[in-house]
Amino acid sequence: MTDIIIVGAGPAGLTAAIYAQRAGRKAVVFEASVYGGQIVNTPEIENYPAIKKISGYEFAQTLYEQAKDLGAEIKMERVVGIKDGGSVKTVVTDKGEYECRAVILATGAKNRPLGLENEKALIGKGVSYCATCDGMFFRGKTVAVAGGGNTAVEDAFFLSNYCEKVYLIHRRDEFRAHEREVEKLRAKENVEFVLNKNVTALREDGGRLCAVEVTDKNTNEKQELSVAGLFVAIGQSPDNTAFENVASLADGGYIKAGEDCLTGTDGIFTAGDCRTKAVRQLTTAASDGAAAALAASGYIDSMDI
Amino acid sequence: MAAVVVTSANFEAEVLKADKPVIVDFWASWCGPCKMLSPVIEDIADTEDSVKVASVNVDDEMGLASQYGISSIPTLLVFKGGQLVNQSVGVIGRDEILALAK
Repeated sequence: MTDIIIVGAGPAGLTAAIYAQRAGRKAVVFEASVYGGQIVNTPEIENYPAIKKISGYEFAQTLYEQAKDLGAEIKMERVVGIKDGGSVKTVVTDKGEYECRAVILATGAKNRPLGLENEKALIGKGVSYCATCDGMFFRGKTVAVAGGGNTAVEDAFFLSNYCEKVYLIHRRDEFRAHEREVEKLRAKENVEFVLNKNVTALREDGGRLCAVEVTDKNTNEKQELSVAGLFVAIGQSPDNTAFENVASLADGGYIKAGEDCLTGTDGIFTAGDCRTKAVRQLTTAASDGAAAALAASGYIDSMDI
Repeated sequence: MAAVVVTSANFEAEVLKADKPVIVDFWASWCGPCKMLSPVIEDIADTEDSVKVASVNVDDEMGLASQYGISSIPTLLVFKGGQLVNQSVGVIGRDEILALAK
């Protein structure tokens, strides 16, 4: 039987695998798509201690190899549920069932969609969640960014270097993004701030996005902006509904847990962006991975006595 | 067999006139998610005889990318008998990729 099964091979999950293996536990990590998590979308990481600059891709690749070299097994299977049999947990995937002694949920978070009717159909046809991946396809065109956090402001800045015009649509008139970044963006002549407005409809022409409808939060006045692209950067949302039987979820779907990474269910731990926390960064994901793995290892020790 | 590198010059011969379903991966070297997907694509190319796998570097082949309306990468297009039959945007797993070509 596996000692610790980790659900999710992002930075938190793979760090947990490293700590588990180094604590002498056999760790198996399950990943539904590809390892690395959200960090692979980041072109340059410049805030991870002792690494001055690294691409998200290279970071993910190195972390994966480090975990594998220590003996962790990474399986490409989607976990669909967990059966809690007390001292033995059964992890159910789309391919089979696996018994283990402890589970670490490190399911991460995904880009939050606007939730508009035709949004999904327009992904890749004007709607994007990754400005650094897709910006070049909109060279010389007019685009919009939706959001008010660091990602939205950084995306708008990045796009302003390629695009004819960039609208930054934000539902408030204040930004969560760092003031310094907002000021940098204000200095850009081809960026227009569209504030106190929500994106309320996506217009299409021939199956591609051609305009967005924005609605003023205060006056309800509607306005249409002709754009070839819309970059959605309104934050992340988790998906932990498959684990409600073993972990209680807070509003928004995050797993309720503190810095100790305990879920309240014996033998079930959580790490990274999928849990309730104030700061969701690469460093805090790694930190959680360590805390959860050592807690899981300690739990197995306590069961052996 | 490794994925075939496709350009506008050989697209017709390698993709449209292929004798089995073709999965075409549009990617770029500066796109992190594309680079995560590449090993999965290469693995399918090496192990699955029922499909052919091709890759298009959008930096070199902007014409092909715009011809197929690509505005997000990675994008996978699936062709059967010269017809575009399926597509998917973003990183997906091996099984989901193969399901596109079923």
